[in-house]
Parts: sequence; structure tokens; C-alpha cells
Amino acid sequence: MNQLLRSLLSSLRDLGPILLVVTLFQLLVIRQPIPNLADLLAGGLLVVLGLTFFVRGLELGLFPLGESMAYAFARKGSVFWLLIFAFALGFGTTVAEPALIAVAGKAANVAAAGNFIADNIEARSRYALGLRISVALSVGFAIVVGVFRILKGWPIQYLIIGGYTAIVVMTAFAPPEIVGIAYDSGGVTTSTITVPLVTALGIGLASSIKGRNPFTDGFGLIAFASLTPMVFVMAYGMLI
Amino acid sequence: MELVTTLFGAILGTVKDVLPIAAIVVGFQIFVIRRPVANVRRLIIGFLYVIAGLGLFLAGLERSLFPLGELLARELTDPAFLGAGPAALWKDYYWVYIFAAAIGFTTTIAEPALIAVAIKAREVSAGGVSVWGLRIAVALGVATGVALGTFRIITGTALHHYIIAGYVVVIIQTVFAQKSIIPLAYDSGGVTTSTVTVPVVTALGLGLANTVPGRNPLVDGFGLIAFASVFPIMAVLAYAQLAKWLMAFQARPRTKGE
Repeated sequence: MNQLLRSLLSSLRDLGPILLVVTLFQLLVIRQPIPNLADLLAGGLLVVLGLTFFVRGLELGLFPLGESMAYAFARKGSVFWLLIFAFALGFGTTVAEPALIAVAGKAANVAAAGNFIADNIEARSRYALGLRISVALSVGFAIVVGVFRILKGWPIQYLIIGGYTAIVVMTAFAPPEIVGIAYDSGGVTTSTITVPLVTALGIGLASSIKGRNPFTDGFGLIAFASLTPMVFVMAYGMLI
Repeated sequence: MELVTTLFGAILGTVKDVLPIAAIVVGFQIFVIRRPVANVRRLIIGFLYVIAGLGLFLAGLERSLFPLGELLARELTDPAFLGAGPAALWKDYYWVYIFAAAIGFTTTIAEPALIAVAIKAREVSAGGVSVWGLRIAVALGVATGVALGTFRIITGTALHHYIIAGYVVVIIQTVFAQKSIIPLAYDSGGVTTSTVTVPVVTALGLGLANTVPGRNPLVDGFGLIAFASVFPIMAVLAYAQLAKWLMAFQARPRTKGE
């Protein structure tokens, strides 16, 4: 009971600042009453409760699962299956990601407005689906590269700087309309459920392989997953 | 009654998010690993907590913060509020910058994915990285990034100039950074932009692109998320650098004065 109360309080501390900011702006800058105050309070209560449950679930479910999968693959000793799993996890969690579906739809509208594709529903939904598949492929590829890096113990910065260079070079050649969407797509692919799971997987792998340090080698999977979509989306924009 | 519908929809959405992950994990567990999982019951309970928690969280956001955040974004970018005609200079939008920074900072503090990474970082660094230190550093990065991103939309300058300049700064910082912090810093760029931040920040970008004369929402409305993913990397690297300097400063033998 005490523990629950404490975690509720800490959720309240996490969410307090944002509630404070929107209320202050509404009352002091815009100088309007808050519409639907009851809704705001009820919603705020749900958010606090939800965050409390989520953090509890992280420690009971997502973290142990990611780590136990990592240990199981390390014990099995099959790099091939580990990489297949990494790809499946990256691809599978991204392809159905709601934020990505939304961005792909917007991108199709931009492409239609820029006359890259015919301006009808069929062409647009084909374009959006193609974009989603390429982003999902890119995230699968990213997790594979990231896991391989942990196995080999490569320093992350060379790979990331290589990725940045690719982005800069491609920006020069990609159609300008797609650049904004491509840059944003890096940020939207990693959802709230994927991040803890993938982080735990990386740390589990790094701690089960001799000579790897969980802190130095375990992080970095998310970094790849937010870099490769930019490259793939620009490539998609150049090809279509 | 409406609340129940929202809640139900949000939980259904979360279940749909979890399903592919569950299918992949269970499939590999049965066909490849072929070993029973330890503590299955605990894992399932944990997953139920995650689904319920995220469902409640999203339903609550949809009832409270999202509408209010979007309303504020619209009101603050309204020409009538700004009190400036088409001749408005970038300076006249100062409330937008302040709001962008404040909303970037606070939504990041509330971001569940970042909380998860911060918990893990403290755990594996044996307390070397504090949960709040990391979260505040990342949030400051997002605040700077989003504020600069709104400035870009208002001035209509090219997105890639800013992002490429950001990359150059990150690379320079990487050269001087402590090697162990680099992967965590790079990760923090990707985790900041999720459930809470993306909808509010996107609404702000689209609102601005709609009201600032000469901007096209289709093209100029994007890019804020990109800012919000580059600047946290800089902020975390800077935070680590600062911590190192402070430590070196404190460890320095005190010869003068004292």
C-alpha cells in the first residue's frame, strides 16, 4: 500500500510540470478560462494512474522479458537466430506503429501535392504503405546492426557518424518535400513499448557476453532505430 | 459514458501495439529457444500492467492534455493574439518560443519511454547516472530544440541547415566525450519523442505553419520532431562533459588562497 502510494506520488511529480504549464499559459497568457475543467481533472487522474501502472509493468514484464530473451539467445549461442529475432522485433513493432501510419499518410499527401504520384486515393495509399514497409525494414535492419555491434564490441560513434554522413549526402539529392518527413520519421518509430524491451535486450546481451560492459555496450540500439529510417525514407523518396 | 469509450479505445490500441511483440516473442520462444520461460506468471502480470497503464495513460491524455495543448498551440499562433499583421517579425512571436520550450521540457519529463531508459541507465551504471539528471538533461535538450524549431518555421529557413549543423556539433562533442556515455547519449535522441511529446509538438508545428504568412503546412509543418531528436544528444553529452569538469575541478589540489 505504502509502495503504491509512493509510486503514485512519483507519477504525480512526473506529470505535474506539464499540467502547470498548460494551465498557466491558458490563464495568464491567453487569459481564458480552462474549457472542460472536469475533463482535465478526470483525464489528469487517469494519466497519473496509467503512468504508475506502466512503470510497475516495466519492472515486472518488459525489462525481465527483454533480458531473459537475451540470456536465452546467448546460452543457445546461435548468432543467426539472434539476428533473425532482432530483425523480427524491429520490423514487427514498427510496421503497425500508429504514429508511423499517421506520418506515412501525411507524407503521401505531400507527395501527391508535389506531383510525385498521381493524386488519387489508390496511389496515395500505395505510397503510404510502401513508406511504412521501408521504415519498418529500416528499423529491423537497425536492430540487427545494433545487436551485431554489441556482439563485436564496436564503438558506436563510427557507425552513427557514418549514418549522419549518409543523411547529409542524401539530403542534397532527395526531393526537398520529403526531407522534412524523413527527418521526423527518425523520431516517431520508437514506441513506448518497444523502447524498454529493446533497451533491456541490449543490456541483457551486453551483460551475458564476456568482455562487454552493460553500460558502455548495452545502450545504442534505439540510436540506430532512429537513424536508419531517415536514410530509408529519403531513399524511398528518391526511387519513387 | 464517453470516458469509458475513450478508455476502451485506448486499451484496444495498446493491445494492438503489444500483439506483434507478443507474437514474435512467443513464436521464438516456442520454435527457436524451446525452453520454458522462468516466471511466466509474473511476466504476464507485468504485461497486463503495461497494457492497462498505457491504455489509461493515453485515454487520460486524450481527455486532458492533448485537446488543451492543441488549443493553446492554435491560440498562441493566432494572428489576433499576436497582435501583428502580415508584417510580423520573428521577434513578435516570443510567446510561441516560450511556450515551445516549456511544452518541450514538460512533455519530455512525462515521457514513459524516457523514464524506462533512465531507470535502466541508473541500474547498469551502478548509480553513476541519476534518473533525474538524465531526464532533466534530455528535457532541456528537447526544450531548446523545439524552441529553435519554431523559430525555423517562423523565419522559413531550411530545415536541413539546422539539422546538419546539429550533427556537426554532436560529432565534435563525441570526439571529446567520455567514451562510456556515448551510446546512452545517442539513445536519448530517439526515446524522447514518443507518446506525449509527438502529438502536442506536431500540433504546434502545424498551427504555426498555418498562421505564419507564406508557410505551407504540408512542407513547413514538419521538422519539430527532428529538432527534438538531435538536441537531447547534445544536451546529454554536454551534461556528461560538465560533470567531468566539475569533478576535475573539485579534485584539483587547492593551492592558492584557501
